[in-house]
Amino acid sequence: MNDTALLIKDVDKFYGPIDYGVHAVKKLNMDVRKGEIIALLGSSGCGKTSTLRMVAGFEAVSRGTISLSGREVQTFAPVRRNVAMAFEGYSLYPPLTVRENIAFALKASKLSQSVVDEKVASIAKLLEIEDILGRYPSSISGGQQQRASLGRALIRDANLHLLDEPMGQLEPQLRAVLRGRIKHYIKERGLTAILVTHDQTEANALADRIAVMEGGVLQQFDTPQKIKERPANLFTGTFVGEPPMNVFEASVTGSEAKVAFGLKDGVRLEYPASDFSHAVRDALMKRQKVVLGIRPYSVRRSADGVAGRVAVNQWLGDQTHIAADFAGGTMVLVEHDRTELAVGQPIGIHLDPSSLHVFDGYSGKAISHGEELA
Amino acid sequence: METTSPIERLLRAVALTLVVVFFMFPIFWIFLMSFQTNETILTIPPSIVFSPTLSNYAALITGKLQTAAGTLDIAFMRNLGNSIFLSVASVAVALVLGVPAAYAFARHKFKGSEDIAFTLLSFRFAPPLLVLLPLTQYFQWLGLSNTYFGLIWVYQLICLPLILWIVRGYFEDISADVEYAYRIAGHSWFATFRKIALPLAGPGIAAAGLLAFIFAWNNFVFALVLASADKQPVTVGALAFVTSSGIQYGQIASAIVLSVTPTLALALYAQRYLVEGLSLGAVKG
Repeated sequence: MNDTALLIKDVDKFYGPIDYGVHAVKKLNMDVRKGEIIALLGSSGCGKTSTLRMVAGFEAVSRGTISLSGREVQTFAPVRRNVAMAFEGYSLYPPLTVRENIAFALKASKLSQSVVDEKVASIAKLLEIEDILGRYPSSISGGQQQRASLGRALIRDANLHLLDEPMGQLEPQLRAVLRGRIKHYIKERGLTAILVTHDQTEANALADRIAVMEGGVLQQFDTPQKIKERPANLFTGTFVGEPPMNVFEASVTGSEAKVAFGLKDGVRLEYPASDFSHAVRDALMKRQKVVLGIRPYSVRRSADGVAGRVAVNQWLGDQTHIAADFAGGTMVLVEHDRTELAVGQPIGIHLDPSSLHVFDGYSGKAISHGEELA
Repeated sequence: METTSPIERLLRAVALTLVVVFFMFPIFWIFLMSFQTNETILTIPPSIVFSPTLSNYAALITGKLQTAAGTLDIAFMRNLGNSIFLSVASVAVALVLGVPAAYAFARHKFKGSEDIAFTLLSFRFAPPLLVLLPLTQYFQWLGLSNTYFGLIWVYQLICLPLILWIVRGYFEDISADVEYAYRIAGHSWFATFRKIALPLAGPGIAAAGLLAFIFAWNNFVFALVLASADKQPVTVGALAFVTSSGIQYGQIASAIVLSVTPTLALALYAQRYLVEGLSLGAVKG
């Protein structure tokens, strides 16, 4: 219990009257251990920022409890929670310089001036904003303001650091560099951080665990690797991963010897029963309708595969994205070499059973990943 | 590059001059009148050539008005003092009450908040006389008629809605996240209000205060009905120049000059802050 930095228990958030207003966060449960970096990943309006603001104390919790280091804080004012936050809109104090803005966060800590100066200098170096420390927020770019705002949050010695889209305004190169540095900074100091992002690369690069949210519901809360390899449901499967997972509705038929999936346009995928474990076969046989998912990187071309037809062929400089008409839908393949395929050319598509994700056709819950049960 | 032809520039200058003359002429004329005697003012045709006299100002300051019918006592200086006191006190009270209220309305949407704010604004719609008649009764019962306290209270009908609505707009323009950033750095909401919201809305508060001051200063009807001679401001006091032996134009003119001076000085002084306020708006958030 002692190493839990944050515990969110059965939290609901309504904007407007409880049970009648907009239900932004639905029965959320999450635990964050000390020293962990968590990413709240989701599209706009999924409830990730509402969650963050409830933890910070800017939004009232409609139902449920939020505990910081074992202490229930949902009714506490922000000042009593000892959390630091970097805002999506930067929110620097206009009359103060960047240096003063960053140093300001340390005011309450009563450190000596020389220690403050040293800390500001080191965080400014980390974020590459040393040359603008004397400037006012109105005279610097959005990216610089964002880094100043990030610095103001990171410099504090808080129980929890909340970072709302902390790098959205930065150029790609700088973002890549800063990601590494910020992660190192947080880990080195043993800080606990929650970052809100809609950028999955950022989530993957920074976070120990990712919480995927959609429609106010936590879809999956796991390591980046697990989320990628074992998505809990169809949403996570298709939301995480670039290009997105290919999905096809299918019916299941099977016998002792084989498992067959019937796709649209009469396409049938047949596999020997031995490709799947007993448990998976049992689970599959109980369903009439499933959704098959396969990541574009795992789709192979082979002469004896199922027929498809090239619709788009793009060479992106380091990989080829091929979109093929397949079973009434589109199958996207990624290959690492430049591929000479004309549009309209027929190709054979092979889906390896070990790369197949099978989801329930009604609930979207994962049934199996490869040969194992979900 | 914008290029303007000489003709265009000339037309612009002429138009500008016309506007300035149109608006400034009455003020200029009153200023001239204040240095003339009633006789020269009433000469036909009027002339701007005359031998200036300070007798009007002297009369106002000494409080002795010479008329054809004899010497009258006028309380102009006392009226001026009343005006200053009433306006300053009313604006001060309105700021103390209105600024926190404006903050509350800007930051917290609670049930009926819009209705309350609108009700306060609606005080500005009601014709003052409509409010005054019943108010006179109440004030007599409460012993508030002819008191500074009562007048300042009624002046809130003028000042409070103005300050509330202008300042509310300024507070709404400040990003709430700037305040959150301050609060999360370990400060109470009150400290945030004092250290972040107030300074950022400062120019707006100054502008609202100035406007409220001018409205309070120019008020006539409340003081006319609710106060007797010793509590009346200059607007009402000027009535004393309409005497049995004629209207004292010279004294009225000098009274106007004297009573405009404080507001004008205040407006000129506040101008640079108002401009600063406008440019500060560009960096908010």
